[in-house]
Amino acid sequence: MNIHEYQGKQIFREAGVPVPEGYPAFTVDEAVNVAEKIGTLPVMVKAQIHAGGRGKGGGVKIARSIEEVREHAQNILGMNLVTHQTGPGGKLVQRLLVESASNIASEFYAGIVLDRSLSKFCFMVSTEGGMEIEKVAEETPERIFKVWIEPGADLEPFQARQLAFALGMEGTQIRSAVKTFMNLWNVFRDKDCSLMEINPLIVTVENEVIAVDAKINFDGNALYKHSDIAEMQDLTEEEPSEVEAKKYNLNYIKLDGTVGCMVNGAGLAMGTMDIIKLYGGEPANFLDVGGVANAETVAHGFEIILSDPNVNAILINIFGGIVRCDRVAQGVIDAMGKIEVNVPVVVRLEGTNAKAARQLFADSPLEFIVANSLEDAAEKVVKASKGEI
Amino acid sequence: MSILVNNDTRLVVQGITGKEGAFHTAQMVEYGTKVVAGVTPGKGGQKDANDIPIFNTVAEAVKETNANTSIIFVPPPFAGDACLEAIDSGVSLVICITEGIPAKDMVPVKDALNRTGVRMIGPNCPGIITPGEAKIGIMPGFIHKPKGNVGVISRSGTLTYEAVHQLTVRGIGQTTCIGIGGDPIIGTTFLDLLKLFGDDPATEGLVMIGEIGGSAEEEAAQWIVENNYDIPVVAFIAGQTAPPGRRMGHAGAIISGGKGTAADKMAALERAGIHVCKSPADIGATMEKALKL
Repeated sequence: MNIHEYQGKQIFREAGVPVPEGYPAFTVDEAVNVAEKIGTLPVMVKAQIHAGGRGKGGGVKIARSIEEVREHAQNILGMNLVTHQTGPGGKLVQRLLVESASNIASEFYAGIVLDRSLSKFCFMVSTEGGMEIEKVAEETPERIFKVWIEPGADLEPFQARQLAFALGMEGTQIRSAVKTFMNLWNVFRDKDCSLMEINPLIVTVENEVIAVDAKINFDGNALYKHSDIAEMQDLTEEEPSEVEAKKYNLNYIKLDGTVGCMVNGAGLAMGTMDIIKLYGGEPANFLDVGGVANAETVAHGFEIILSDPNVNAILINIFGGIVRCDRVAQGVIDAMGKIEVNVPVVVRLEGTNAKAARQLFADSPLEFIVANSLEDAAEKVVKASKGEI
Repeated sequence: MSILVNNDTRLVVQGITGKEGAFHTAQMVEYGTKVVAGVTPGKGGQKDANDIPIFNTVAEAVKETNANTSIIFVPPPFAGDACLEAIDSGVSLVICITEGIPAKDMVPVKDALNRTGVRMIGPNCPGIITPGEAKIGIMPGFIHKPKGNVGVISRSGTLTYEAVHQLTVRGIGQTTCIGIGGDPIIGTTFLDLLKLFGDDPATEGLVMIGEIGGSAEEEAAQWIVENNYDIPVVAFIAGQTAPPGRRMGHAGAIISGGKGTAADKMAALERAGIHVCKSPADIGATMEKALKL
């Protein structure tokens, strides 16, 4: 789960990680009020969307007067911000963060991630603040310094010192940086984060170490422990159909194609998308209906897939193991009796009781295109989507 | 022959009285798996529907029944602890089916595995089956063909069934099929299993089903090259059409920072001389050809 920068900074502030004074604003007047509350100029006016690259896209501006705060807030609020992470469609800006601007002396990167190869959390820093870390890793990996947190242990003070020295910090900066790094790790651990990035972490002209950015992702599997974090989720940042799907425990991701698919199991769902593409179609979604493909689940699946106006054919691909194919087939038939499905539906059921399932489809007055294998299904659904069947 | 599980496997089921645990215990017993004990804290001394004795702790179950393998059907908030208990109990193999365990809970589990040498399959996996001998998991037993010569290793569940089905309809039986799990931290990787299958005289071909996220497939490819691995491997990578930055159902299936793409993995596998299928429908046919080469 993602949160906004201003929410991340609130968490940092509470954990003793220095951040600039700042507050969220939902309207232009609020932005002006916030700037006046901060009391010093200049201030930064920053678009709050769940994507990086906001500065380059024109979503972050410096304001040297209250008039400029108003002007920038007017321009940024309601704009469709396009960055390399939003996709070409961009994202509507509905919230701002107005915060005091810092006197930057040097910029760094700090991040905590799970190192999947070692099964340990890794704290990394880089002297290349403000750059995309993936680019740094590729072009100048020697400028990234890493320490690993031992299982059952915490970031140790000596490791935090290693990080600070790796960034070339000196004098009082060391102490501030060590404290900041330790506190960042505490947040990561206590809140079950899956990713934390501060880019840039800065040293000010006044020798303070400040997190000017805060990107935090949380482990969705651990949210049950953190109701305060779960409440921070901004549902307007999510695709509405994906939010709807979650209510029914369906794992749905909207894509740009025209061929809808409904599959049991995440791996098979990805594989089904892949084979649709191989046969010349474009998948409209990822949808894993999980182990219980009954009439209700299937009906919700149909509703969600059909809420996408681009969909012009649907493939149902179920490999029945513990879940019996005839039950799934009955579910599909019942669901199509309940809701209007106005695009061709290709069904491919394999596994337990697959024969009985095929018979149910054959006996049903509803129109199905029954496929005999995975490749047959892909071929048929792509043809159907192009109006060739 | 087979790897890890066979007729000698004596299974203890952690969470045997839960809905999932009870259902799949019956299924495993029906398949012929020797389920010798169950564990549900507080229900020690009782018996389950299949007359299997229930114990309060895994250690007690192992002591009383000589169980050598444990399977875990414990809800996610308690599953990390259940793994640690299993590792401490004296069994040599742990299979964790549970999906949705926080990553932070898995770090100490992986550490305990490294320290003790106990092997774990999963979590977030369908389990492991040696067809005709032991089914330790939630996979449909009947799609498998016993006494075969092909091993299957996969990060997926139903996609594994798909691949196994393609083998079986071609008359290709399996030695052992293992779902290693879709989480970022798992007990056993492709690489570990390549080594084990390499020592199994019956295994003449391997199916490897990977997916986007992480670098386990690349690491396996590199090892295959460095060790002149001589068992033919057929691979499929799911998620060729997955968008970056999105978690595709499995906690570990995510392209992050441009890393972990299907294209990179397929290229690495191809460089290692592995038969890479673009289509998930071609796994069986490709293996059929590879076995004849």
